[in-house]
Amino acid sequence: MMRSLLLVFAAVAMPAIAQDNFPGVGRTATAAEIAAWDIDVRADFMGLPKGAGSVKTGRQVWEAKCESCHGAFGESGEVFTPIVGGTTKKDIETGRVANLARADYPQRTSLMKLAEVSTLWDYINRAMPWNAPKSLTVEEVYAVTAYILYLGDIVPVDFVMSHKNIAEVQNKLPNRNGLMVWRAMWDAKGRGDVNNVACMADCKQEMKKISTMPDHARDSHGNLAEQSRLIGPTRGVDTTKPIATTPLTGRLVTVAAASAPKAEPPREASNVAHLAKKYNCTACHATASKFVGPSYAEIAKKYAGNASAATNLMNKIKQGGSGVWGAIPMPPNAAIPEAELRQLAEWSLRGGK
Amino acid sequence: MSEYESSKYMLGRIQRAPENFLSPSQIVDVQSGRRDFLRGAFTSALAATGAGAALASASTSPAFKGDPNILTLPEHSKGLGQPVAAVGYGSPSKWEKNLQRRESPGLTRVSGASVSFAPLQGFFGIITPNGLHFERHHQGWWDIDPSQHRFMINGLVKNPKVYTMDDLMRLPSVSRMHFIECGANTAMEWGNVAVPTVQYSHGMLSCCEFTGVPLSVLMEDCGYDKVKGKYLLAEGADGSSMTRTIAMERALDDCIVAYAMNGEMLRPENGYPLRLVVPGIQGVSWVKWLRRIEVGDQPYATKDEVLHYVDLMPDGMLRQYTGIQECKSVITTPSGGQTLLDKGFYNVSGLAWSGRGKIKRVDVSFDGGKNWKTARLESPIQSKCLTRFNIGWNWDGGETVLQSRAIDDTGYVQPKINQLRAVRGTRSIYHNNAIQSWKVAPTGEVANVQVY
Repeated sequence: MMRSLLLVFAAVAMPAIAQDNFPGVGRTATAAEIAAWDIDVRADFMGLPKGAGSVKTGRQVWEAKCESCHGAFGESGEVFTPIVGGTTKKDIETGRVANLARADYPQRTSLMKLAEVSTLWDYINRAMPWNAPKSLTVEEVYAVTAYILYLGDIVPVDFVMSHKNIAEVQNKLPNRNGLMVWRAMWDAKGRGDVNNVACMADCKQEMKKISTMPDHARDSHGNLAEQSRLIGPTRGVDTTKPIATTPLTGRLVTVAAASAPKAEPPREASNVAHLAKKYNCTACHATASKFVGPSYAEIAKKYAGNASAATNLMNKIKQGGSGVWGAIPMPPNAAIPEAELRQLAEWSLRGGK
Repeated sequence: MSEYESSKYMLGRIQRAPENFLSPSQIVDVQSGRRDFLRGAFTSALAATGAGAALASASTSPAFKGDPNILTLPEHSKGLGQPVAAVGYGSPSKWEKNLQRRESPGLTRVSGASVSFAPLQGFFGIITPNGLHFERHHQGWWDIDPSQHRFMINGLVKNPKVYTMDDLMRLPSVSRMHFIECGANTAMEWGNVAVPTVQYSHGMLSCCEFTGVPLSVLMEDCGYDKVKGKYLLAEGADGSSMTRTIAMERALDDCIVAYAMNGEMLRPENGYPLRLVVPGIQGVSWVKWLRRIEVGDQPYATKDEVLHYVDLMPDGMLRQYTGIQECKSVITTPSGGQTLLDKGFYNVSGLAWSGRGKIKRVDVSFDGGKNWKTARLESPIQSKCLTRFNIGWNWDGGETVLQSRAIDDTGYVQPKINQLRAVRGTRSIYHNNAIQSWKVAPTGEVANVQVY
């Protein structure tokens, strides 16, 4: 059906000027609109804004806006995959990161994989910092890119990166030759690289290597009895109990609970926890340990005994700000209704409990 | 732990029923339909007994009169039920709350850049209920005001255009069913068994009927450059502004700029009000909150085409643009983390799909891959869409391993994990389409294992 529909459109569309096909639908984009949105930077640097930024400036931006998640040296795996590490001077010569071939190498950092410097520039520009994407200036994006490359020993400490020398930086990337387009899984008519045959009887089995979940990981994903339907041919296994060892000799049955479940259990603490998740508070704040922002435990400790803390905190959540806990700004949350603001503030002052 | 997971809200628990465990006086209680017998059974020291168990045993007695669920009319047969529109937008039964999207503990550290898995173990047919569609967000999700959402096409086009949702919804539309699978589905299993249930092993998979404008219609509307316009870039409006390259050939073939799923508008978690549908291709290319498409003459090498969604080979080379989700299948009933109720008959049921076309055949093995039987494929069987398969099985109570193996209409046969590893090693993360094995123990417990 799709095909025939397309043929009809193609037949109508091709000879005519395109926009005349659907009168009144859509309009021509203005130059300013395209400039506002067309931010992508391609591997040949099409789309790269003119400008420059130094490693030195990059360090300042890094410490203010990047370090809390990525670590002082881009090495941290606490929040995201480490950015820096695993590359060598030799890799810069060959353009292949040797550690990628080592099965025993523990991690794959961004710089180990990075084959295009444009990718790094584009991504920082469009998506970083994590809680305030698209807030960096062109100079800051150049500077942070340069600083990351400095941390990877790819550019020197006094380097100033710009649209003029970015191609030279590209030629120093440790893994610039380590990426290949794999058309077998890109082209619609490509063929896979792994083949099986549909044997039907007496098929070859190795049966030697059998991998299973270790018993201690049995409840690693919670109680599976609570993750399956309560009727039907099977039940979820109750992983709070030891593994059954006796074979089935009769029918397993469901023992009905003494009373029907309430539709929505009122549990205030968990409801506020839900709000914290809903309004993305948990993207930066954890219950006990410092993350991007202070933990709820730290907040509770700091304002313990302060009578006006709840009101102040409500304003802080609503308007955002920085300075109290460090340079990382807290974004404003103007959309949270007053009642929920109060719940969140009071809950924070209880240490997220 | 969500409120639904608390044992307080569990609707029942599974028990082994010992044979002949009821005393003569208790059998009389059952026979007489005494209602306090049931209450007594719940609270008595005989914790291992229950109404169902009592019946399972008592029903063989000559004095058995019947099931109290039949003999004693329930409230809902004797009273007045709820009125229409008591719930303006209906929800599943309260008894179905165990089926939830869930995160895999420890997989990611930030829930704004994470994934929730769909509970495949509870699904029927091929359509995923909208509220249980898997989620993968790179920088959190938004519920965007559709009246303010704009979609732009620029680059190598005669006329760069801006469309409102009103514009897009006036254009000719198509509705088609397709699966969406994350490229990293089953990623945790490359090296060894790592997760207990099909929800976590295969749950980055969903299937919907999508409605929207064929991308080819919009390309024509803007007058794309038919000589130089070989690629396009799709870009989202969220913080991550997710970007992915699509080949023009594929864009013109079957891609949809979609605003609806399963008869209603897209859910916010799935890109409301606009997302790209790229049939057969890994989910990361189905850009959500779609704001822009740019036509260009070369691929864009974006973050998720250079640093992620690249497949690491044993020699250290990274494969780029490995978008196609190759033919795959999995048995969902019975599956890991479940317990069979008894020996005897079961309808073994599962899902099969291919990013290259239609499913041609699914075979099921009940002996760990030694012998195979061809399963029944349920209609509809559509291209780049989930296909449901079913096959009958009499379980004799012995230990065995169940597997399914799908074949698509290109003749490609779903591989075994050792065959995948022989070519791609164990560190490539993406595109693990191996045959899944479920071990059934004599206890009735089904477990995730790797056998080949």
